[in-house]
Amino acid sequence: MRRVVLNEGADLEGFRTAARRLVAEGVPPEETVWSSDGALPLFGLAPAAEPVSPLRLPRAAAEHIETVVRHRDSERFALLYQFVWRVLHGERRLLEVPSDPLVHRLERMARSVRRDIHKMHAFLRFRRDEEATDERFVAWFEPEHFILEAAAPFFVERFRALRWAILTPLGSAHWDGVALTFGPAADRSQAPGKDAWEDSWRGYYESVFNPARINARAMRAEMPKKYWRNLPEATAIPHLVRTARSRVTEMLEQEATMPAKRKPEAALDAMRAPAITSLKQLNKLLMASDPLVPGATQAVPGEGPEDAEIVFVGEQPGDQEDRQGRPFVGPAGQLFDRALAEAGLNREEVYVTNAVKHFKFEMRGKRRIHQKPTAGEVKHYRWWLEKELELIKPKLVVALGGTAVLAMTGKSIPIIRARGFARFPDGYDGYITVHPSYLLRLPDEAAKAAAYRQFVSDLEAIRTIAADHPRGRVRAPAAAE
Amino acid sequence: MNHELMDERLARKLCILADAAKYDASCASSGAPKRAADAQGLGSTAHGICHAYTPDGRCVSLLKILLTNYCLYDCAYCVNRRSSNVRRARFSVEEVVELTIAFYKRNYIEGLFLSSGIIRSPDHTMEQLIQVARTLRRDRGFRGYIHLKTIPDASPWLIEQAGLWADRLSINIELSTEASLRKLAPDKNSAAIDAAMSQIRDRISEAKAERRSFSPAGQSTQVIIGADEATDEAVLRRTGRLYDEFGLKRVYYSAFSPIPAASAQLPLKAPPLTRENRLYQADWLLRFYGFSVDEIMAGGADGMLDLEVDPKLAWALKNRHRFPVDVNRADREMLLRVPGLGKRAVDKIIQARRHRTLSLDDLARLTTGLKRGRPFLVAAGHRPTRLLDRLDLRQSLVEPARQLRLL
Ligand code: SF4
Repeated sequence: MRRVVLNEGADLEGFRTAARRLVAEGVPPEETVWSSDGALPLFGLAPAAEPVSPLRLPRAAAEHIETVVRHRDSERFALLYQFVWRVLHGERRLLEVPSDPLVHRLERMARSVRRDIHKMHAFLRFRRDEEATDERFVAWFEPEHFILEAAAPFFVERFRALRWAILTPLGSAHWDGVALTFGPAADRSQAPGKDAWEDSWRGYYESVFNPARINARAMRAEMPKKYWRNLPEATAIPHLVRTARSRVTEMLEQEATMPAKRKPEAALDAMRAPAITSLKQLNKLLMASDPLVPGATQAVPGEGPEDAEIVFVGEQPGDQEDRQGRPFVGPAGQLFDRALAEAGLNREEVYVTNAVKHFKFEMRGKRRIHQKPTAGEVKHYRWWLEKELELIKPKLVVALGGTAVLAMTGKSIPIIRARGFARFPDGYDGYITVHPSYLLRLPDEAAKAAAYRQFVSDLEAIRTIAADHPRGRVRAPAAAE
Repeated sequence: MNHELMDERLARKLCILADAAKYDASCASSGAPKRAADAQGLGSTAHGICHAYTPDGRCVSLLKILLTNYCLYDCAYCVNRRSSNVRRARFSVEEVVELTIAFYKRNYIEGLFLSSGIIRSPDHTMEQLIQVARTLRRDRGFRGYIHLKTIPDASPWLIEQAGLWADRLSINIELSTEASLRKLAPDKNSAAIDAAMSQIRDRISEAKAERRSFSPAGQSTQVIIGADEATDEAVLRRTGRLYDEFGLKRVYYSAFSPIPAASAQLPLKAPPLTRENRLYQADWLLRFYGFSVDEIMAGGADGMLDLEVDPKLAWALKNRHRFPVDVNRADREMLLRVPGLGKRAVDKIIQARRHRTLSLDDLARLTTGLKRGRPFLVAAGHRPTRLLDRLDLRQSLVEPARQLRLL
């Protein structure tokens, strides 16, 4: 019979060393006795002549062992050695047989350990250490198993910016903002006895309880009584349970209440009134909104008279627009103004806006390089465009370039095919043409000039169509996009 | 406001506004992407931790409160309707932020579930809710869970903004038929509810495709059970559509429960908790077990589920010709239909039977529902043929009613 004595607690290292040597010497589980009272420094085997090689276990099995050693059951090491022995003697896939009695028992132990870790994450309560000069928190917790080391990293992830300590009868954990260290066992008196927020937390707990649904058994199944003494809210439980029935009876016996007061007609009318009745209001809301993709300096609203006959829709603000907060002021905007004038239109009389209201870019060195908006972004901003059109009720809506076409039709259509007069699905008539920035990008001067002439003639056509076109929607909006 | 000082006035408000929010059943904090605090930030998201349980057996995971319980609407089932005589209170944005942070630091909660009565206007109300979420996230570096109730009548733009800061958005449909909605919630509008839910669905799927974050834990809703005449079948058909058409993550069922200051329109009675429980079970069958609404309803009668046995057992009792099922051979789909075998048990059976031929003793180690399953399955050394023909089979499987009814 070989007697192995390991340290108290989750002595994984000790178990590993012992198991390696026992396996190497071919000692079967029936010939071993394990204990972990920690009386002897390591284990009662003669010192090894040379280091023994590690056990070759499947990963899942090794992980399982790491969990089960944390269990309080004093038989854990003997059971784990049986498991190791069988895995190494012809049953490599033993863990895959959950119906095997040993696997089943180990699995139940592992589940109990995992549950204890989970409950520690859930039921641990920090109290502020009023004696510390800076903000520091201390918790007292009594785990069932040896789980402190396994449970502590969760609190680091969550409370990295705070300083805290967790004290337990099986050891303590300390976080100073940089490193997690483990220390000796502690007792309750070392933790603060109260916290200024506990009364309101208990008040909250009492208020969310619905006496008509009382089911104390379900509560105890998930929050066993052994945890109650360290939960500040648990002192409320007996009273809540005792009074539940009478509270419900009282509610049921009460007469139905008469509708209180008069009807708040004025407030209701005010509520039902449309929230936004002018471009000014609309834009105020826009300016207060956050960009979908972070980075832009400010939102860039549309610009032009509220009774404009023609609305031009571009893509999204560029670098200049983002700085100035106005649409079409960069190089493409200047080209656009020139073309408008040549076509006999006045920038002051038309309304210009963008499908997307915030600049999106990528930094390249010191330069902010424009990035095309995605379809999702275009949809995200569509509501603004709809509102602008509703308030302005223009005769024509001009989509400049692919993104504007996407915003107006919900589809990506090549400009070459769609160029010209357009009936948009939401009921407006309009026109599709290129975006002025396209003209700037053409490499060849002759092509550039030709494209510019074509753009101007589009604008002339727009002016002519607009002359005797009715205002606003000319059809009911199509149902689907 | 003093950051670390909870004054009495605030504590009183907290009680009123928590009490006003407790009839909302959704409390889960799951489904958010994994997030850890950085050196300055606070909080992380884990898999739906319940930090406490109240004596009704329900989980406390989030600080679930209303921003205010003043409301201009008049929904008959709601304790906060404008004609109710409850005490009213109102938090400032700053107060909710401080409460959330102080509770979070003490490990009381996973985050915030914020809703509100409609004050001034739907847009105004929604803006306030967003303001809280934005302050927490942007100004205070809060990385815990945020669930915002969405006001369906608010401008679509505000819903878009809400999704930038919240982990989950939800709109409660509350009543499963339009007729009930007209009668009991006259200010609400089912077209607006549908429109808002499909907007959220679209934004969520676009954001996923474009790798942005928009309400990453999806959207959910709640249906009240027992306030109107709707049958279980009507509720489940509506639920089925919500999952299919709107891609909802969860539908919560909430048994209509006595409230203080009740309306004459809705006489109070004990909450139908068993019915609520059966609907949750049916909901699982719909989502994870491959059942259709028709199949589930075939287990009941007159459009209502069987209250005495769970819906899977009810279906099996009426389809005895499909049993017994051989656990050592049947495919996964059929194993999932055996009463008492849950998804996890089925997975384990499939894994274990590759190595062993399973007996009843083996099964007992793989599931806790063997008592219900036994008459319906074949295992090594076990054949239940005679059992299946017994007329009193159903009676022998009915669980004695447990402490579900108080009144
Ligand atoms: S809108 Fe209806 S359900 Fe919501 S708080 Fe007001 S009355 Fe209650």
